[in-house]
Amino acid sequence: MTELTDLGVAAIRDGVRAGDFSARDVAQAFIARVSAAKPLNAFLVETPDHALAAADAADAAKAAGEDLKPLAGVPIGMKDLFCTKGVPATAASLILEGFTPTYESTVSGKLFAAGAGMLGKLNMDQFAMGSSNETSAFGNVISPWRRSDGGNAALAPGGSSGGSSSAIAARLCPAATGTDTGGSIRQPAAFTGIAGIKPTYGRCSRWGVVAFASSLDQAGPMARDVRDCAIMLEAMTGFDAKDATSLDLPVPKWEAGLSPDLKGKTIGIPKEYRVDNMPAEIDALWQQGIQWMRDAGAEIVEVSLPHTKYALPAYYIIAPAEASSNLARYDGVRFGLRDLPEGANLQDMYAATRAAGFGDEVKRRIMIGTYVLSAGFYDAYFTQASKVRTLIARDFEHAFEKCDYLLTPTAPSAAFALGEKQADPIAMYLNDVFTVPASLAGLPAMSVPGGLDAQGLPLGLQIIGRPLDEQGVLNAGLAIEQRAGFVARPEAWW
Amino acid sequence: MVRLRDASRWGMSVDIATVKKIASLARIAISEEDAARLAPELDNIMGWIEQLGEVDTADVAPMTAVIPNNLRLRDDVITDGNVRDLVLANAPQAEHGFFTVPKVIE
Repeated sequence: MTELTDLGVAAIRDGVRAGDFSARDVAQAFIARVSAAKPLNAFLVETPDHALAAADAADAAKAAGEDLKPLAGVPIGMKDLFCTKGVPATAASLILEGFTPTYESTVSGKLFAAGAGMLGKLNMDQFAMGSSNETSAFGNVISPWRRSDGGNAALAPGGSSGGSSSAIAARLCPAATGTDTGGSIRQPAAFTGIAGIKPTYGRCSRWGVVAFASSLDQAGPMARDVRDCAIMLEAMTGFDAKDATSLDLPVPKWEAGLSPDLKGKTIGIPKEYRVDNMPAEIDALWQQGIQWMRDAGAEIVEVSLPHTKYALPAYYIIAPAEASSNLARYDGVRFGLRDLPEGANLQDMYAATRAAGFGDEVKRRIMIGTYVLSAGFYDAYFTQASKVRTLIARDFEHAFEKCDYLLTPTAPSAAFALGEKQADPIAMYLNDVFTVPASLAGLPAMSVPGGLDAQGLPLGLQIIGRPLDEQGVLNAGLAIEQRAGFVARPEAWW
Repeated sequence: MVRLRDASRWGMSVDIATVKKIASLARIAISEEDAARLAPELDNIMGWIEQLGEVDTADVAPMTAVIPNNLRLRDDVITDGNVRDLVLANAPQAEHGFFTVPKVIE
């Protein structure tokens, strides 16, 4: 018999409904696997009681002959950026150590209302700032994948949702929440051979999610396949009056609408995404993806997104600027850490608390943000970046006059080793070259596994869609998934 | 081409004095060593960002909302409150129902 921890969201949901196994058995199997996977450092807090309580509720509902909720019996992981009532939340930063939310984020509340249980809070890059999960104050997350060269180098699970990606790839949970500001769902999904979708900006409420860059932050699901992402996304999405940018729209039935048939659809291939020094394997996978799209009935056209090269520098003004403002709240007064040196006044306390509590990358971004917003620089940097952002969004609008979706690689390389890019912030930032433009334009975008590189590491393909066309993105993802037949999984060495 | 940083006005680089000024604005205590380490690092990042100056944006409006969305007005009613103890529950220091901080008035 298949191990319960090998099952995905749909299989668990359907199996619990059919009475093939109990929700409690599922929860216990995952809880045991989580607690045996400490070397991956994917979880910051384990919450087995939460998972078991939700499982028991599902089993009781089943026994009573009630209709089961959409995620009844499904235990999930929760990125530590989401506040969940009564469970410590740190966003992987020392500055939030000791903080226990007294409220529930809208997204986690929706997932729990849909019947999901929580296995624990997942490690991540500190305040979601990073692409390798090396900026967590509580240690690196290790990818379950290893290169086939026998060297056993510890690999990055991607970031910032690195705990989520590592945990799903290692079968510690069938699905998890992620957040994506510039690629933080898609890049880790690509690095670990799983699927992940960032919906249109405004689909998922930001309320109760620790803020990084509010005009970019968007929650989304990560799971092993497209269907599971669709199921999770339906549960996470919906209007929330508590988030001023929440879209007041009905939630589509994405799972029911899944179809891998792309007849009549046109796929755009943005020529500016052929970047210098792109590994041949990434390009080969991209070409393979184009073939799969043709095979699914789609037409292929080349499109141009002329401002692509300016997306990253614009992002590294806008995101740090918003972060410097959002993170001003960590002052040692209302929550989290306080560092009060002997004889210090209030200003000293702020500065000491923030020096002690924020990690290096967070400080770096706050400082960049403070610099670009400071008197005399605001127009030259922030206003210029906001104008370039308009041009980037306009590029996509023009491209979508000629095609329905865009197909690109998700990341310019496979997973790199921990420590490999840490010394050079810009080299790290360049990892998000293919994911940042869609974030700046607020577009739905998804990564699905496409294949393995020569070292046996997963590579992902990205589909970008028009605003609100998550269905199309999921369908194109499904067309790739069915043709890629990605079944590789990391061996359990931990 | 618009130069983001006019060398004649602001100097070519993010120097140690600039780093200290930014850190002070950002309310982050910083040591001499950290300032010396951060100056070339931030200068390098800002230098990379400079390329934005190449883009002609003369007739372009800055983006304010990625997805067109009308800001809502909610009914002018109280929907929350009376949760003082919850608000204070995570305070590093709270006394008599207030957040407390070092004395600010001598």
